[in-house]
Amino acid sequence: MAKTLFEKIWEGHVVHEEAGKPSLIYIDRHLVHEVTSPQAFEGLRMAKRPVRQPALTFATMDHNVPTTDRSQPIRDQISAKQIETLTNNCRDFDITLYDLKSPHHGIVHVIGPELGLTLPGLTVVCGDSHTSTHGAFGALAFGIGTSEVEHVLATQCLQQSRPKTLLIEIAGERAQGVEAKDIILYIIGQIGTHGGSGSVIEYAGEAVRALSMEERMTVCNMSIEAGARAGLIAPDETTYAYLKGRDYAPDDYEAACKDWSTLPTDTGATFDKRFHFDITALAPQVTWGTNPGQVVSVDGRVPLPAEMADENARKSAARALEYMGLKENTPIEDIAIDHVFIGSCTNSRIEDLRRAAQVAKDKRVASSVNAMVVPGSFAVKQQAEAEGLDRIFKEAGFEWRESGCSMCLAMNPDSLKPGERCASTSNRNFEGRQGQGGRTHLVSPTMAAAAALAGHFVDVRE
Amino acid sequence: MEPFKTLKGIVTLLDLPDVDTDQIIPKQFLKRIERTGFGQFLFYDWRFIDGEGLKPDFEMNAPRYQGASILVARANFGCGSSREHAPWALLDYGFRCIIAPSFADIFYNNCFKNGILPVCLSESDVETLFTRVRQTPGYTLSVDLEKQEIRSDDGLRFAIEIDPFRRDCLQKGLDDIGLTVAQQDKIAQYEAKRAAIVGAAL
Ligand code: SF4
Repeated sequence: MAKTLFEKIWEGHVVHEEAGKPSLIYIDRHLVHEVTSPQAFEGLRMAKRPVRQPALTFATMDHNVPTTDRSQPIRDQISAKQIETLTNNCRDFDITLYDLKSPHHGIVHVIGPELGLTLPGLTVVCGDSHTSTHGAFGALAFGIGTSEVEHVLATQCLQQSRPKTLLIEIAGERAQGVEAKDIILYIIGQIGTHGGSGSVIEYAGEAVRALSMEERMTVCNMSIEAGARAGLIAPDETTYAYLKGRDYAPDDYEAACKDWSTLPTDTGATFDKRFHFDITALAPQVTWGTNPGQVVSVDGRVPLPAEMADENARKSAARALEYMGLKENTPIEDIAIDHVFIGSCTNSRIEDLRRAAQVAKDKRVASSVNAMVVPGSFAVKQQAEAEGLDRIFKEAGFEWRESGCSMCLAMNPDSLKPGERCASTSNRNFEGRQGQGGRTHLVSPTMAAAAALAGHFVDVRE
Repeated sequence: MEPFKTLKGIVTLLDLPDVDTDQIIPKQFLKRIERTGFGQFLFYDWRFIDGEGLKPDFEMNAPRYQGASILVARANFGCGSSREHAPWALLDYGFRCIIAPSFADIFYNNCFKNGILPVCLSESDVETLFTRVRQTPGYTLSVDLEKQEIRSDDGLRFAIEIDPFRRDCLQKGLDDIGLTVAQQDKIAQYEAKRAAIVGAAL
């Protein structure tokens, strides 16, 4: 029978099934960070349980870490304690840790693929919703809560009920200046923040095939913002080429590729639901509200809540405009910004930085704007420095930081003050996400760089 | 985990769709390494004026809602981050049951791990509850998980739709991990079989 990519991975990982109960699914890779793991390790200690497969778990500290000079001790004592707790837990339970001194340090969703830990056909989990990023490789990857982190540590399995399948086909060729970020923001705007609820999304079609590996990660990263459990893209030559030679890539690489080539969805396989989009006419996107679905083209205007058909949408839009300090019908390009953040697991990889640097080259950040670039990992930072991107950014007036989550969620000192407005390449524009009272507009890296120079949003296609 | 059988309690309201976990428990409070003590930070930016106490216009803050154990909310409750600090904060504040037209997946799942019952009712049933609760100070609901039913003193009745396995675990306060550990042999068999196929790639 014809099967989808999801079905093949799922069925290959069922350890046990019983009618009326969730399936017991085996987990191949477990990524751990400092914020969602302390209580899980504590649970293990209390129950006197060991970690079943320490070699399949990998840890780093990314959410809470400073992105300034790392030779200094961490000033925030509670953050320091959380980071120290992870170090101790990894030591006690024999888990590989990429700490702040490691050359493999970085945001958990950036380093997994970078190291080749994320491979096609595997199941990957992490106590973090953006684990969906790893689906770009054709791995079934999803975020879990802390109780489940403990569950995986103890058993290397999870109890899961089978999600539904959703196919999103994307046709057309994107215009110059339109990025993967624009594609996924547009899709979320179309299907809504719970359009993918209860489902695993598979992205397919010519526009998806044309994406680089890093761009695929940007798309899958934001699947969770559409409410989906996970996002998937079938592995192909692009995938194999990216993974080749990575630290954890399989030794017999040819055999592995041959194996992986059996994963893509069979012709004739059925999905519970389908959407079809064409991106030929797509323009760069900018969010105007407080969820990623509240998005419009850069050449558009802030919408009028009264014109929305659905009552919930109307209420939510009115509230969002108030929070965002925006007037309806304002042209997006007239919105002035105070901050620019280029970073996060959505858009902090080398290609993102290259494109942003191209925009910033030989230009100056507007005097009213505070702009920073936070590479997703130490490796990205090193690569960027080898290419001289750091110099381009610094000469233009951007701050150049150490790797981490930084202002994506502002748990560390990088945050907005009340009322400040930010063009951000991250994935969430929720109220207070980048600092209490802060206002976030989600955009692509080139749009963020261009906004930094102009002091307001501009259409990078021009 | 504390078993959930029946619950009779005051109902409070949160009249916003898409309430995300960043709102339920803002990130500045995620640095604790314990599971407890998060209730004081629940809906922090909405409940409090920084440094000056409770915001009077946040509905839940009204005296009539104090001591509530049931929360009625709008669609897509709990979207956003996977942080289990969100259900920890709700539980610590006193909520054992949350009613909404829909929930985000990870949040829904996390509730069950902490003895909280999330109940999906239709938009119109939720609307009815909003109206009735606002009309009657001290409005209470009785939740009976055994009968899978929610009742009010003024004659409302709603069926609770829930996966039977989840219901069972909640009623007994069962620990998921314990259940899986009991399947050790099957896990070991799977690992042996898979090592043979994927070898070092695993
Ligand atoms: S960069 Fe942002 S979204 Fe990504 S893992 Fe860090 S906090 Fe989460």
